[in-house]
Amino acid sequence: MTSVTDILRMAKDTGDISALVGAIPYLHFLGITADRSSGELIGKMAYADALIGNASIPALHGGTIGALLESTAILQALWESETAVLPKIVTITIDFLRSGRPVDTFAKGVFTKQGRRIVNVGVEAWQEDRSRPIARAQVIFLVEPLE
Amino acid sequence: MTGDGEQVGRLLANLARFVPHSQALGIRFVSLTDGRVTLALPYDERFIGNPLTGVLHGGAITALLDGACGMAVYATLVEPVPIATLDLRIDYLRPATPGKEVHTRAECVKVTRSVAFVRCEAFHPDGDGDLVAVASGTFMIFRSRAAGARGGES
Repeated sequence: MTSVTDILRMAKDTGDISALVGAIPYLHFLGITADRSSGELIGKMAYADALIGNASIPALHGGTIGALLESTAILQALWESETAVLPKIVTITIDFLRSGRPVDTFAKGVFTKQGRRIVNVGVEAWQEDRSRPIARAQVIFLVEPLE
Repeated sequence: MTGDGEQVGRLLANLARFVPHSQALGIRFVSLTDGRVTLALPYDERFIGNPLTGVLHGGAITALLDGACGMAVYATLVEPVPIATLDLRIDYLRPATPGKEVHTRAECVKVTRSVAFVRCEAFHPDGDGDLVAVASGTFMIFRSRAAGARGGES
């Protein structure tokens, strides 16, 4: 079991998403993990100094928040697609609502299938208070069955 | 550099060095020409989003686009006042080619007292000219009362 296809199938069979997250180098680089223990798929980006964009505030770099939103959306799309697919991002529209403080950031996506090959995931990011999101995004993916 | 002055270019190059996340990604300032800011992101296996193909994660491109857009806004400001990204829309036209450096070129299309509108494109400098992504962003400018815009207000 080494290919992403195998890892995805195994993750779905066992309900454990961590192996899938571990197979994506950029998620490891940013310290992004995913957790399904609450029943929801929650993405988490653990705070690290390398995520800072503006050191004088300090505030997280918008690119790191965008990456968390996009990654959580990809994982949600993978999880809710019936077959093993690797979603290809088509567009992402990010609204930055509040400055990202130097603490852990979380995200949750809502999946809508718009057609056989297109899915739309709305995703929101927050820090200490889930009712006060720091950013949200709409992500459109092309989903193609693997093999 | 034409028309923008080497001083502004040096300022932006320095700015790039003081952004911790840009440092972590190895993003470097390439040029400021006619208000267009170009930044570069080296290819690095740590930035891969699709392990099947080796294509870079969109998040790394997002950071590069956001950085270039922000600098294009700074390039229009007389004083370096704080700015913040309001929104960023990215169209991924085709996957970045594995192994190749990605450049982004950003330009302010309009600057008002409080808001700047920016367009940006991502491409391979040694590629066939096809764009990897295009982006459109708006930025909030926290201008002090006395400060104005250079060339933006019409």
